[in-house]
Formats: sequence, structure tokens, C-alpha cells
Amino acid sequence: MRPMRSLLASAFAAALSFSAPVMAAEEPAMPNVGWKFEKLFGTYDLASAQRGFQIYSNVCANCHSMSLLHYRDLEGIGLDAGQIKAITAGVTVPQGTDDQGAPKEGPATPANTFKSPFANDKAARSANNGALPPDLSLIVNAREGGPNYIYGIITGFAEAPSTFKMQDGMYYNKMYPGHQIAMPQPLQDGTVEYADGTGTSLDQEARDVVTFLSWASNPEMVERKQMGVRIVLFFIFMTGITYAVKRRLWSDVH
Amino acid sequence: MAGLHKSEFANPVINWIDTRLPIFTMMQKEYGVFPTPKNFNYLWNFGALAMVILMIMIATGIFLAMNYQPNTDLAFNSVQHIMRDVNFGWLIRYAHQNGASMFFIVTYIHIFRGLYYGSYKTPRELLWMLGVVILILMMATAFMGYVLPWGQMSYWGATVITNLFSAFPVVGPKIVTLLWGGFSVDQPTLNRFFALHYLLPFVLVGVIFLHVAALHITGSNNPLGIDVKSPQDTLPFHPYYTVKDSVGICAFMAFFACFIFFFPNLLGDPNNFIPANPLSTPADIVPEWYFLPYYAILRSVPNKLLGVCMMFGSLIVLFVLPWLDTSPVRSARFRPIYKMLIWVWVAAFVVLGICGAHKPEGIWVILSRIATLYYFAHFLVVLPILGKLERPLPLPESISQPVLGRRSGGGPLPGAAPAKPMEKA
Repeated sequence: MRPMRSLLASAFAAALSFSAPVMAAEEPAMPNVGWKFEKLFGTYDLASAQRGFQIYSNVCANCHSMSLLHYRDLEGIGLDAGQIKAITAGVTVPQGTDDQGAPKEGPATPANTFKSPFANDKAARSANNGALPPDLSLIVNAREGGPNYIYGIITGFAEAPSTFKMQDGMYYNKMYPGHQIAMPQPLQDGTVEYADGTGTSLDQEARDVVTFLSWASNPEMVERKQMGVRIVLFFIFMTGITYAVKRRLWSDVH
Repeated sequence: MAGLHKSEFANPVINWIDTRLPIFTMMQKEYGVFPTPKNFNYLWNFGALAMVILMIMIATGIFLAMNYQPNTDLAFNSVQHIMRDVNFGWLIRYAHQNGASMFFIVTYIHIFRGLYYGSYKTPRELLWMLGVVILILMMATAFMGYVLPWGQMSYWGATVITNLFSAFPVVGPKIVTLLWGGFSVDQPTLNRFFALHYLLPFVLVGVIFLHVAALHITGSNNPLGIDVKSPQDTLPFHPYYTVKDSVGICAFMAFFACFIFFFPNLLGDPNNFIPANPLSTPADIVPEWYFLPYYAILRSVPNKLLGVCMMFGSLIVLFVLPWLDTSPVRSARFRPIYKMLIWVWVAAFVVLGICGAHKPEGIWVILSRIATLYYFAHFLVVLPILGKLERPLPLPESISQPVLGRRSGGGPLPGAAPAKPMEKA
């Protein structure tokens, strides 16, 4: 979907390029990672998504919520019920009130939504220098450029050019609009250690976490495409059949 | 004239019902044997297609409403609940979301068909005007539907569009307050938009019924734009056009399915995946693609009131189109100059759509002004004058004889070879 969108956009831009150069100077080029799941019949690399979940849990989840996801949804990246129970056993969540009416806490169940790092937006802002870390449940759908943009942000941290005036507590990022982002660089080479022995270059980590976030934004994608193939073929077939019937029926009309 | 209907159906149950309430006779008359010009091309599919999509929209919409919460705190998450937790919720929701775009694609082609072949001309003026009412109702419904997911673009789109009404002197601010149910886009706005979004499609069904009823009085226009002269010019609607419409419906469903299953968010805006936030305005507030031409007309005028009037005027002018076009010839096939200018008008409409997607600065302002000028000039200046100046090509004698007529070097052949009587007609 995204390649199509950017294709259309660049087609427009090319057709009307006399107005484009002004914009081109300011906007950084969108990286093109060539995601497998962005291809017409592409699916998610589940091993990569699982590694991405590890990065989310160990790094991103310190500041970013994913409030639309339930622990049970993790079956979608190939975790089994036992693995999900093991994850939820380590998470403490509010569980209504006890018999005396006092707030109660207890271990999460697979039916719980992902636990948010902060109680509310104000708490999140006060802990993050006034900036609100966005919820990541839909982040890939919510940004122009989708997975490429998120990848660009994660890998886009750099030293600010000497001419660039930075505000206090902000970080330079090549991808971010305006180049000043409140998030410090979250991932570097070797930030996490993968159990499956995959290399932990920044590039690999960024690919994994973006794969996980893409799945989180569109968990229905694989089922959707599989159903889509059958339905589109069905209608093409039916178009052929009805057209043949139509030809036959109309053959005596002049 | 009271009395039982004399039904001709053999099946006793159908006969019993039909005697008391002749709906089967009516269906047989209006959709079975209904005499339809035999020379339709595939552009005549689009009315039936629009009907099919309306049915899909109503069916999917009812199921969405069962799981949707029209509450500013819950709306956004309830849509995601549909997408993630409801069985096949993603399918229903993507079908509804993309169905709106499909509805406009089909309707715009349907309208183009009417413009190209002069379907709005006498005696089909009222049929055309009902069509314009349908277009406006569709737009209102689509706009309110887009607000319901309560994303950033929903919220800010609603704010911008409702604020347009404030341009009208005296009553403007009162209308806006009434639309909002308060002093900003908020809970009452969402609630009433939901109620209206559920209501208007059924109003649409009513107006479409009148549109179709009027069509069945005047009969259909056809690519030649000439009247039906004899039964040889027509075919019974069933099976000839039921099967031809089926071809179009299947092909269109394949096209529609590509959007639902492979590019469900291609026509959407990423900002609408961010929950509505009254404190943060998106960098660009862009309406859905099907409103872009009107949005460009609005923004091409520096004065707000005038811009709003032009925007609404661009639709209102369609009501009087049957009287603005002074040419007695319907089909563009026989109007050499109109045949070119209608494409200029289409180009202006498309350019407006592209301009509407860009910030109103530099070249886009100039382009949108030129296109707006032609949009109105086409209807208000060109068509009234063209009808008097243009010399139309000779019209064929009848629908059955256009081929013979054309082959003989332009003019129709009076009394050419007697047409073979249609056995099935």
C-alpha cells in the first residue's frame, strides 16, 4: 500500500516538478528498506517480529504504551499460550478493588492490554521533559511513509551540524520533521542480545522492531491478503463467466 | 379504482399475493419486460453499481454500528476494537471505509455519463435534479461518516467544514452552533453526526426510489441521445440488461476487493490513525479525495463568504443545467464542439482535485482559479451559447439504424432496409 502511495505522490511531483525543488531541499529522502510485508502477497517475518517484541519490551516500553494490544494478540507473531502466560506472569496490573474496597493489584492475564509505562499523559510528560511519547499501537499507519519512516527515525540520529541551533533536551534526527526530536537515540549496535543468535547491528534491530510495530498496526494483514487473493480471483472468474453468458445471450441482437 | 388485481402468475402463492398486492406484476413490468434501449454501452452500468454499493454500505454500516461507540472518549478505540477483536471486523470496516470512495468513483462516472450523453435534457430534467439531490445527500453522509472514527483528520475536518457555515451573515454562527450542539466540535457533535449518518442513507434510499421511478416514466436515455421510436429499438430489461449489469458488477467487485484486501488505507490519511486532539492541529487539513475539487474551489477565492458560496454554487448550478444547455441534441456524439469541451470540463474538475490536495500557494492558487473559472464558465457561459452556435451532426433515424445511416456518408437513410423485427422484444 505504501509503495503505491509514494509512487502516486512521486508521479504527481514529477508531473509538476517545477514547484517541487523548494520542498526537496528541506525534506530528507525516505529510506526504502524493501519490507517483505509491504509486497503484494508479503507476510510478516515472525522471527523478526518476535525479536522486535523483545526490543519493544526491553527498550521502547520504558516510555511508549501500546494500549490497543492484548497479550493474547501475541499469538499473531507466533508465540504459544505458554510463552504468553510466562510474559503476563511477570506483569502486575490493577485488578479492581478487594473486599474492603481498596484498589487491588495482581499478575496480568493474556486478556489484559499491554501495561502502559505511565499512569496518564501528564505523568508521561513530566517524566519526559514535557514531551509525550506517542502510543505505538498504530504508529506505522499513523505516519506518512509508514515502516520506512519509523526505520528512518530509529536510524536517523546523528550529530547536529555545527550551524544547526539545538534546543535544550532535544536530539538531532535526520528523518524527523524539523530535525529536533525529544526522544534520545533508543537503539545502538548491540543494545539488545538476541537468543537466536541474530546479529544486533542497529540496522537489524531497527528492522526487527519496525516489523513488530507493523504487525501491531495491521495484525489482520496476512489473513486479509490470503482472503483477498481468493476473492479477487473469484470475481475475475465471475466476470469472465457473466461476460460469456452475456455474449451468448446478446448474439442475436443487432 | 378499488378491486382485486387480475394476476397472471401461475404459481398459486405468488398469484394469491399478487392479486391482493401486485408487487410481482410491478417487478415484472419494471424490471422484467421493461423496454430498454438496446444500444447501451458499459457506462450505463454505473447506476446499478451505485445501487449495489449503497446496499453494501448499509449492510456493513449496520454491523459497524453494533460495535461502535459514539462517544469522544471511546469512539477511536471502539473502531480499533472492531478492527482487532470483532470477527471479520476488519473486513466489514475496510469494506465500509473504501466503499465510500467506491460510491463516489461510481457516482462521478454515472454523472459524467449523464453529462456526456445529455441525459439531463427534456424530458429527464426532474430525474437529473433528483440525482443532484442524491449527490448532495451522499456528500453530507460521507462527511459525517468520516467524523465518526474520531481521528485527527475526523476532528479537524469536521471543525473546518462546519466552520464554513459561519461565513453566512447573521444566521451563520447560529447554524454552526446548531451543527456542533455547543461551542466547539465535541461530544454532542459526534453524537448527532452518528444519528444523522445512520439516518441519511435511508433518506438516500427514498430519493433513489424517486430517481428510479422518474427514470421508469421517461425511460432511459441512450448513447445516441435519440428517443426510442419503435419496439425494435428496445430490449426487455431482463435478461439482457440484468446480465450486462452483472458483468459490470463482478468486474467492479474485483476492483473494489483489491482496495479492501490489498490497499485498504491507500485512500485514507495517516493522521486519522491518531486519536482526535483538540489541542494539536495537523500540519495539513485535507478532506477525503472525493471532496478535493470542491475544497479547491473554496480556497481559490480569497473571500471566505464568496468561496463558500462558490463551493455550494458548484453543486447548485447542476440543478439548472437542463435549462442552461440550450442545444436540443443530447448526445455528445453529434455535438463536435461540446464533445471536446466536456473533456475540458472534466480536466478542470481533475485539476481542481489535484489543487485541493496541495497547500494553496504558488502555482496551485493560479491553477485552481483557472479551473474554477472554467468549471463555472462551462455551465453558465459556454453551454447557453454553444447550443445556439454549434452545428450538430445529422442524427440517425432511429436506434436500430445508426450503423446503416453512418455508412452512407453522414446523413440518415430515410426508409432504409426494413429492420428485422426483434423476436424477443
